[in-house]
Amino acid sequence: MIKKRIIPCLDVKEGRVVKGVNFVGLRDVGDPVELATRYNAEGADELVLLDISKTQNGHDLMIDVIRETAKALFIPLTIGGGISTVDDIRQLLNAGADKVSVNSAALRNPELIREASEVFGSQCICVAIDVKYDPDATDYFVHTHGGSKKTEIRAFEWIEQCAALGAGEFLITSMDHDGVKQGFDIDFLARANKMVDIPIIASGGAGNAAHFTELFQETGVSAGLAASIFHNKEVEIKDLKEDLHQSEIEVRFI
Amino acid sequence: MIGIIDYSLGNIQNIKNALEKLEYEYILSSKYEDLKDCDAILLPGVGHFGNAMETIDRLDIKWDLLKLAETKRFIGICLGMQLLFEESAEGDAKGLGLLPGRIIRMKTPHPVPHLGWNTLTSTNPVLDGKDVYFVHSFMAESTEHAIATAEYGVTVPAVVKKGNIIGIQFHPEKSGDLGVDMLKQAIEGGL
Repeated sequence: MIKKRIIPCLDVKEGRVVKGVNFVGLRDVGDPVELATRYNAEGADELVLLDISKTQNGHDLMIDVIRETAKALFIPLTIGGGISTVDDIRQLLNAGADKVSVNSAALRNPELIREASEVFGSQCICVAIDVKYDPDATDYFVHTHGGSKKTEIRAFEWIEQCAALGAGEFLITSMDHDGVKQGFDIDFLARANKMVDIPIIASGGAGNAAHFTELFQETGVSAGLAASIFHNKEVEIKDLKEDLHQSEIEVRFI
Repeated sequence: MIGIIDYSLGNIQNIKNALEKLEYEYILSSKYEDLKDCDAILLPGVGHFGNAMETIDRLDIKWDLLKLAETKRFIGICLGMQLLFEESAEGDAKGLGLLPGRIIRMKTPHPVPHLGWNTLTSTNPVLDGKDVYFVHSFMAESTEHAIATAEYGVTVPAVVKKGNIIGIQFHPEKSGDLGVDMLKQAIEGGL
């Protein structure tokens, strides 16, 4: 059977890995290729690299990072950040990306999902969704701009719409949980996973190995993603997989 | 020297990267004349079976491929593996016919595509018990020439081999260091 995946996420700004807390207060944590190489050796199943530069220079540097990373290691690479068009996607795939993650561009133009999955195959089109709970409306809403801007789009409706348009995967970040290390948003993820027959990468809230165990035991999601706890070795991927294996969750060993 | 069949189908950058990592020299072409001195031929491919065979027809390279496959170690990867067979339900098209049987849509209770890391079962220790990266919705119907399989609610032929013809359904170039080693073994005759 398919293994549950552990995915480190590298937020890349102007060619360097940075990580913020609650999406603000960025600090430099290193060279992306170096970090990617370390994760490959530790048994990461895939890497997500998000370009958060929003500048042409940052974008060009990102292409170099993808090229160098794809030369150094041989696990799937998902690239996101600033993707607006089918041509953007082609450029990233040609540089060595295996999947791309689209976020706000898909919200602006949902047809991008359909178009891209028809051109490249749905397996390489991941839709990233930042969600936040609105206690007044008692529902989850999609947010943009790194989670800072609320939209009027209800998260569950958006997930269904993306699935119908041909999304091959979801990367769901729970903004309420992101950076606080108190565990994943189990309720939301379990519900989202029941709605669609498409793999979900869960993001936001992982603080320790037990949070991943809980994620895989309580929801059917395919993968757990985290950044800082892997970067600063609070959680070592090798040990994490050993823990998951002990809890009878099937993971890949290298 | 390794020959990579170049027919503009799918992304071959990662195959090139893997060969560079393994320190093989390679050339890209689709013509027998260019590739006849190669030690092994790789037939990559991602996408739609029917489109791939149409491209092969349009480029008029079927003869070249079959001629190379007569004597060379001929390794199809992912869609390239499926093209080795006689026909496919994807696009209802004829394949190269280097292996008997057909390609069918996966029938499994699990989500399709079969996407992610799955474990091989094989009598070959290079393959057995190893986790490799799959992305596909269609598969070889018969396990007749399978030397490795994976379980996904259905037994998926993962590596097929008949003489010098080898097909790899998963992506060895995306299956970590173990996968890159499998590619080397396929090239060197270790499978």
